[in-house]
Amino acid sequence: MITESRPRTLAARALNALGSTPLSRRKALWGLALIAPNTLGLFFFFGIPVLMAFSTSVQEWNAIKPPRFVGLDNFERLISDDKFAQALTNTLKLIALAVPLEVLLALGVAVLLNLPLRGRNLLRTAYFLPVVTSTVAASVVWTSILQPRYGIVSRLLEPVGLGETKWLVEPGLVLIPIAAVAIWQRLGFDMIIFLAGLQSIPGELYEAARIDGAGRWGRFRHVTLPMLSPTTFLVVVLAVINSFQIFDQVYIMTLRTVPGGVSGSATTLTYFLYRRAFTHSEFGYASAIALVLFALILFVTVFQLTIQRYWVYYEAEEG
Amino acid sequence: MWRMLRRRVQSSHDLSIPIQVFCYAILLAGALIMVLPFLWMASTACKPSVELNRVPVTFLPENPVCRQNLDALYSTSPHFNRYLLNSAIVTVGRTLGQLVTCSLAAYGFARFRFPGRGVIFALCLALLMVPFQAILIPEFMLIRKLGWLNTFKALIVPGTFSAFALFLLRQAFLQIPTEIEEAAIIDGANPLRVLWHVTLPLSVPALAAFAVITVQAAWNDFLYPLVVSNSPDTRVVTIGIALLQGERRTPYNLLMMGSFLATVPMLVLFLALQRYFIAGIAMGGVKR
Repeated sequence: MITESRPRTLAARALNALGSTPLSRRKALWGLALIAPNTLGLFFFFGIPVLMAFSTSVQEWNAIKPPRFVGLDNFERLISDDKFAQALTNTLKLIALAVPLEVLLALGVAVLLNLPLRGRNLLRTAYFLPVVTSTVAASVVWTSILQPRYGIVSRLLEPVGLGETKWLVEPGLVLIPIAAVAIWQRLGFDMIIFLAGLQSIPGELYEAARIDGAGRWGRFRHVTLPMLSPTTFLVVVLAVINSFQIFDQVYIMTLRTVPGGVSGSATTLTYFLYRRAFTHSEFGYASAIALVLFALILFVTVFQLTIQRYWVYYEAEEG
Repeated sequence: MWRMLRRRVQSSHDLSIPIQVFCYAILLAGALIMVLPFLWMASTACKPSVELNRVPVTFLPENPVCRQNLDALYSTSPHFNRYLLNSAIVTVGRTLGQLVTCSLAAYGFARFRFPGRGVIFALCLALLMVPFQAILIPEFMLIRKLGWLNTFKALIVPGTFSAFALFLLRQAFLQIPTEIEEAAIIDGANPLRVLWHVTLPLSVPALAAFAVITVQAAWNDFLYPLVVSNSPDTRVVTIGIALLQGERRTPYNLLMMGSFLATVPMLVLFLALQRYFIAGIAMGGVKR
């Protein structure tokens, strides 16, 4: 009796959990059925890899031998690996090079393109074109543009004696063109977000500032900039996260000379982990690198979410 | 086309002429830098090899040889058209797949109560915080274990599930008043019919915005295909270009021709559907 009644109660419990009336139960079943394909797919193709990322990072994994548990060895190796330190430094340098310039330029362009100028839609389109281009094609084109002597940049820089500069070979310079391509491709994207932010500033604020005698600069300084600060913050965070992931530009732009840059000078974290895994078959070690990258980006994301929550309160109080 | 960003034009005061000149000077200089690489790409693609290493650099080919360069590209990379086709297959597959799985799921989350709804949705959103690079290696291992390396399955199937699309489409569905759907439900339509005949048609702008962004991302994807596919049968065009670039003998005119062929479809799509691209980014352009 007991063995028979138990499944029945379990089934009954499950049914009750779905809803108290037949109608709500049926709706619950429909809901579960609708979300099932995407949820199961996400779990299988993204959820499981996230869990595997942790387990692989504490193993020695290569193509030949079966995986072996090695504890935190991979992370210890990271700390003492100069190549890893270089990749991390290069990534941070790229962020420092690209993000401020990208955000300032995008802000400037958005503010100008928000003015009632003739032909501004055409200009907006021009600024947005690089966003829809593949990073691979863009990097190939820029490699050609940056050739010493035969590229346009060389031609333009010839008068100042930089016509023969090997932008993609010089270890001290190579991050500049990589940052340049990233900026070129993201400027239009940031511009859109800034334009949306600019459009959401209430016009009355400008009226009030004008009545108080604020000039054009005063209105920009005391109305636009403060009202735009949440947008600016979002753009900065997205740019930082994106810069942490830079890979295509490095892969393509150094492919014809020395992959990863002369003595690793262009190697970013993502490129470093790609090479460790897929050229050297050090999957365990590469997974440890991936976790560090994940932790860095997660830190930025959590920071963003925390600050954003604060901002919401701030705005609510102000309003 | 930029209507949604044009709502409020500051027409109450006109800009003085010197300020206008100043703005145009800056904007045009910037726009030139934005557009110049495309012009350089098109111009180099039509240059004969002898003009490539001419000093000083010529901006336009003196003897354009577009057709010959195109033929030369196909003799250097005989499967290039196949790569373009593969990219198209992968792009269409992923986009249609996401439209199906994600609109079903978004509808489920937006309109139905069931146990675990909050938790499952939160877990899906948590996936948004994981950068793809962080799971590149386990993803590769999973695909290898499934025996999917060098197959379209690897390139398409994982890409048909998306937390980002789920999030965006759920937002769009939540904006539709439930009364409209309820009328159909009273008429006896089941949820799938309501979704197909009522909800989806009302969400066309959001679906289109989401679709163009997905198309763009899928067509331009590089790192994932680089890892899971390396045979001519399933190679996508970004990898095809990378191979040309890696072959140091490939002259720049052929490289530019290849890049041109890979870029034009997205440029045309963008120029035709500009407002959806903009809407897609403004909607929540968090993903890159």
